[in-house]
Amino acid sequence: MEENWKCLSELSWLIPGLPLLGFVLVGLGRRWLGEKLSGWLATLLVGGAAGLAVATAWTYFGYFGIGGKGPTVVAWSLPWVSYQELLKVSVGVLIDPLSLMLMVVVTGVSTLVHLYSLGYMAGDSGFSRYFAFLNLFTFSMLGLVIAPNLLQMFVFWELVGASSFFLIGFYYTKPSAVAASKKAFIVTRFADLGFLLGILLLAYYGFLMFQDLDSLQSGAYTSAGLQVLDFEYLTSLAVVNRFMELQGGTVLTVALVLLFMGAAGKSAMFPLHIWLPDAMEGPTPVSALIHAATMVVAGVYLVARLFPLFAGSPSALELVMVVGAFTSLFAASIACTQDDIKRILAFSTLSQLGYMMLALGVASPAFPLGFTASTFHLFTHAFFKALLFLGAGSVIHAVHSNNIWDMGGLAKKMPFTHAFFLIATLAIAGIPPFAGFYSKDEILLAALTSGHTWVFGIGLLVAGLTAFYMFRLYWVTFIRPPSSKAAEHAHESPWLMIVPMNVLAILSVVAGWVHFDDYVNSGFQYMVDHDSRVPLLASGAAVIGIGWSAVLYLGQKVKATAVARAAGALYRLIKRKFYVDEIYQFVTHQVIFRFIASPVAWFDRQVVDGLMNLSAAATRAMGVGLRTLQTGQIQTYSLWFIMGGMLVIFSIWITFYPY
Amino acid sequence: MIDWLAAHAPTLKHWLILSSALFAIGLYGVLARKNAISVLMSIEIMLNSAVFNLIVFNRYIAPKGADGQVFALFVIAVAAAEVVVGLAIFVTLFNRRKTLDVTQVAAMKD
Repeated sequence: MEENWKCLSELSWLIPGLPLLGFVLVGLGRRWLGEKLSGWLATLLVGGAAGLAVATAWTYFGYFGIGGKGPTVVAWSLPWVSYQELLKVSVGVLIDPLSLMLMVVVTGVSTLVHLYSLGYMAGDSGFSRYFAFLNLFTFSMLGLVIAPNLLQMFVFWELVGASSFFLIGFYYTKPSAVAASKKAFIVTRFADLGFLLGILLLAYYGFLMFQDLDSLQSGAYTSAGLQVLDFEYLTSLAVVNRFMELQGGTVLTVALVLLFMGAAGKSAMFPLHIWLPDAMEGPTPVSALIHAATMVVAGVYLVARLFPLFAGSPSALELVMVVGAFTSLFAASIACTQDDIKRILAFSTLSQLGYMMLALGVASPAFPLGFTASTFHLFTHAFFKALLFLGAGSVIHAVHSNNIWDMGGLAKKMPFTHAFFLIATLAIAGIPPFAGFYSKDEILLAALTSGHTWVFGIGLLVAGLTAFYMFRLYWVTFIRPPSSKAAEHAHESPWLMIVPMNVLAILSVVAGWVHFDDYVNSGFQYMVDHDSRVPLLASGAAVIGIGWSAVLYLGQKVKATAVARAAGALYRLIKRKFYVDEIYQFVTHQVIFRFIASPVAWFDRQVVDGLMNLSAAATRAMGVGLRTLQTGQIQTYSLWFIMGGMLVIFSIWITFYPY
Repeated sequence: MIDWLAAHAPTLKHWLILSSALFAIGLYGVLARKNAISVLMSIEIMLNSAVFNLIVFNRYIAPKGADGQVFALFVIAVAAAEVVVGLAIFVTLFNRRKTLDVTQVAAMKD
């Protein structure tokens, strides 16, 4: 076992290395390789990374055992930048239960999505380009997950943003896709400003206290090779305690709120959520991989990674909880009114991400169950949400429309897709024994036992809403009679798309059966008194949601329109997504562009550019003047030469014979 | 008359003024004439002024030696060769461009 572990941890750099290799090979050699070969090569390399990740996880838990908090191992590292003796940063591979869990999820879902894309993207003109970008994304996401320090995480954080930008704008001839990719990039970049500032704050104070704390613990940090930006240093008990004392914890709170701003941007928390629904312009498998299963959980991952620091600042945690709870409710209510199948799923992703944030927010050193619950939900959600998106892709592939009201009756036409979609829907709705039930139950339990009753209430409400909108989608798409020609003539997708969905469907069932706490936990000791009312209430809420959606959407006539009319203004408000996009539009165009950007642009154009143009014009005028001297006539030149010579002789003469 | 001439024998200064005048005339010709042959002739005048200098200095500064005169013969020989080359170029030039006006031949290529 030890030999296996040694061997695998030395090879751990291959986990992100293989997708990078794929990106380079497919990206540079796509003309030579041809479509089919480049697609399969990309898939195989990511599959290899997945195999390695699973093997590493297997040996890790086999070697270190399960139950407690697994040790943090930096399996491989290279010095990268070294500013001075105590301020160095390396790139490396950090292995601990949390990163292992995400590695397995990222590589696993990525492999399945690659496989699915081979079928879904067949015949697309950008086939090889698509796989190159997909590999780039997988590499960046893995680099983010294995980052042992904040700086490496930030670099890969930006890289996932960039590859997400490329993939949202994959259909670059479509103006809406281009606009969506720009929106996603700008919104997340804006949030990353907070992330960067947070890193700087933590790094600055962390650096100041490094030597002091190191000598207090007789060189514990330096002998372990820890650096200022390392997570292991920043989350060590001594550092957290010192940060809590620092100006009454204000510095810590400010830094964490800034970091959370970055996390909220990436995980699309309110009010930075606006990019995620638009990101659905990308190809559907991309939405499954990036905008549902992996990249958007990076924010949750960041908070979980820094959880010991967050535990030191209750107000920062409270912010995480409030934002998470609000987003989950907010997005769930919007999802009930949307008609675009991918947008419904996008808002559902928002809502579930809010759920994870909420779970992290209710966690504390005394009640750390939320930490496990959040990562557990991250784990199960990755599978069933990816499956939902892949199922939606399969449906869109068959019907050629995103609107659920163009679909219907697909249960008979596409039996496999229907079965898998139903499993994923049951999983997200939280019906036992599907995966979502267990993780949701744990989140609700965490909220209740930590004493946040109102958060528990919101969670319960969101659970009901989730079941409602997911089954609304399910009834309308699969059960109701077909409402378009395309839906009547829909066919089942090719096996390349069915197989990955099948694997995900199995995972969506069994992922919840893992006793997750044994693998990933915060390391704080705690006791849980299992409350049998929680699972009952949760599945009760789900059943009520399903029942309501059946009543409203299954009848001959859709009764929901009547309900919507009765709700009137409230319905319109929700349908228009609470006008958040419009508010952004107003603030950016009417306030920022008009009163800040335009005057600055004027100054730049008139004054700064004016000075530049002036110097250019002067140079040009001089050139025009001097040009006339160059005639090409030797006689003119020699005249100048002789006159110059005479001038020299004359000046020498008057210098030496001044009389 | 002979006496007057003997009393007013030209000195080094006079010869140098003559040489300078020749040089200036040649220089003017080089700068101002348009015909290539005239320019070549003006160059010859300038060469002659230099040769003149050599002989004059030989006569007044080292009358025992003959270095200056040898140099002068040498320069005349070289100038003759140069004229041959120059005139050959002018013939080709005239064949190609039907002109010997130096202001018209600012470019090497046609």
